[in-house]
Amino acid sequence: MRKIVTSVLAGVGLALACGTSVHAQDKELTIFWAEWDPANYLQELVNDYTAETGVKVTVQTTPWPDFQTKAFTEFNAHGDAYDMVVGDSQWLGAGSTQGHYVDLTDFFNQHKLGDVMAPATIKYYAEYPGGSGKYWAIPLEGDAIGWSYRKDWFEDPKEKEAFKAKYGYDLAVPTTYVQLRDIAEFFHRPDQKRYGVAIYTDNSYDAMAMGVESAIFSYGGDLGDYATYKVDGITNSKEAAAGLDMYKELYKFTPPGWGKTFFVEDNQAITGGLSAMSMNFFAFFPPLVNKATNPYADVTGFFANPAGPDGKRFAALGGQGISVVSYSKNKDEAMKFLEWFIKDETQKKWAELGGYTCSQAVLKSEAFQNATPYNKAFYDTMFMVKDFWATPEYAEVLDQLNQNIYPFVVGGKGTAQEALDKTAADWKATFTKYNRYK
Amino acid sequence: MASVALTNLDPASRAAARGWSDLTIRNMFIIPTLVFLIVFNIFPLIYSLGYSFTNFAANRSEPWQFVGLQNYRELLSDDHIWSNFVITAKYVIVSVAGQMIVGFGLALLLNRSFPMKGLITTLLLLPMMMSAAVVGLFWQLLYSPSWGPINYVFGLGDFAWLSNPDSALYAVAITDIWMWSPFVMLLSLAGLSAVPQHLYEAAAIDRASWWYTFTRITLPLVSPILLIALIFRTMEAFKTFDIAYTMTTQPTAELIAIRLYKQAFQQWDTGKSCALAYIVLIMVLAITNLYVKYLNKVKER
Repeated sequence: MRKIVTSVLAGVGLALACGTSVHAQDKELTIFWAEWDPANYLQELVNDYTAETGVKVTVQTTPWPDFQTKAFTEFNAHGDAYDMVVGDSQWLGAGSTQGHYVDLTDFFNQHKLGDVMAPATIKYYAEYPGGSGKYWAIPLEGDAIGWSYRKDWFEDPKEKEAFKAKYGYDLAVPTTYVQLRDIAEFFHRPDQKRYGVAIYTDNSYDAMAMGVESAIFSYGGDLGDYATYKVDGITNSKEAAAGLDMYKELYKFTPPGWGKTFFVEDNQAITGGLSAMSMNFFAFFPPLVNKATNPYADVTGFFANPAGPDGKRFAALGGQGISVVSYSKNKDEAMKFLEWFIKDETQKKWAELGGYTCSQAVLKSEAFQNATPYNKAFYDTMFMVKDFWATPEYAEVLDQLNQNIYPFVVGGKGTAQEALDKTAADWKATFTKYNRYK
Repeated sequence: MASVALTNLDPASRAAARGWSDLTIRNMFIIPTLVFLIVFNIFPLIYSLGYSFTNFAANRSEPWQFVGLQNYRELLSDDHIWSNFVITAKYVIVSVAGQMIVGFGLALLLNRSFPMKGLITTLLLLPMMMSAAVVGLFWQLLYSPSWGPINYVFGLGDFAWLSNPDSALYAVAITDIWMWSPFVMLLSLAGLSAVPQHLYEAAAIDRASWWYTFTRITLPLVSPILLIALIFRTMEAFKTFDIAYTMTTQPTAELIAIRLYKQAFQQWDTGKSCALAYIVLIMVLAITNLYVKYLNKVKER
């Protein structure tokens, strides 16, 4: 008996010893991101890196609603499960001030990334605090709110005639929110199971906030002064209230039961032939031009977020930068990877695979802009983006916004002004709590 | 209690041969469980009680401060939290009442012999064997105004169950009733089958009406077990999270457990979340205690 035990133990010991020695030769990097198509494209891209260097890179993903929770649980525990994370732009504040991210300022300056990447992507994905010249991430996936629409409905001569008779101008891709509203109303025919527009209403993370802020920004409003944390008179300005009112107006023309919707539902509105127009992040557009996933792929068009009444035109920024996690045991290896990632050839390949590169040179190239039906709209949008708060307490700020605007937009409770007044008051209290007013 | 003395070891047993006393053996069985309970239950419970008096936030590296009762004060004067409690109370009343009525009704129907009784009982138990998140996702599809069968069957057109602020909570409660009525049914069936048949026979000889038999024989004899079902379901309903979280994001259906989750794991307001968790715990304890008192009274009868 004793002999058997000894030999088994020896066997286990030998296996362990061999296992660890093999393991030591293999270098591995883990990148954490949300579960969506771009993460698959990234995995394809990094396979090239493995082929070149022998370092195995794995892109680990989790569904969107868990993304923030899972990443921060790991950060808070100072865990080394992820070497790099492709984090939301709003995480920069918490990531940098709480020591979760490695400071990439030197890397940034050394490679002059300020000239390589599109300005908006540096401002929102990389720098924190705004204007400080401190960088915490390399822009990886550019993204913003855009729109898809049914070209065949828009181009139908009968519809065009009826539209002109009703509204006095030609039916075309909307350039203002008022036109967008009119078109939504025009195509909203519940008895035919056809609806005007699909918008974001999910309030469990930032979906609804992204939709609402796109309208608020275009109407000339702002969420606050991100440098001084001033919110009174900015968050609840007349312009902001008008933008929120417009969003609520659009909600009237959504398909029934449109109360918890994000990218999946908004794409279904097009693929299911439900609505004339649909809001979504550009990163979710690839399935819409694919015949296998969208029966209306041939007749689906795309446009950039329309302007407000004063011609101001903005769109909510999505997208992410890649940061090195400060608790990783492979930081040097991760920096080497980033050096490879910012190379022009890599960025070009990234765009070809379907990733939204932030490299100016690639974005401006004809090849990129004509590669898909939506790349031109994406290029236009990336120069008119604005983002949400990126302070460390953004999750609290986001929840307060959701609590105040959701009952107004979906529940029809109160007015836009009241919802924003309450938001401004809540935000002021939160910023006071965190000593933001010195 | 002292009368439950441990029996002495058989002197011929292997344990006795190794010189173990019965006390040693008792400890060997009990201590691991106790250690497990203390490490994973009692210790976190006390630790989080400590946190509830601080402004600790798990995502910040700054040192935390002792803030006394501030968290409790803020929570109890927060209108949002109170509205969450009112929503939770409504939900508990509707869903538990529904489960008791449907579950007990089913048990009465099943408490007789008919062909394929075993199969039908097993099929009726299926809902409670499913994962709550899966049930939530399926019911979301069933309620869908565009293609959901519920609106089709009842001819409700495009009534949006889950997007309508007035109906969202009740839609979730209906799902919970569907899922957990079988549990009440199972317990009631056990209670019903324990009622001695001779009581019914005596009642039949006396020509007692159905209603008289039900209220004077069936209910009093089944009520202790019904109360146990009620305690379990109330406690569970009070802390419902999964079904409601997967089905709707309506603020009018935001149960206290969902608020707690958001506060703890989205906003990382750890200190305050601990305080809220304690408030919920105290409420559940108070309600359960009331039930247990009543249960003891019923048993004495």
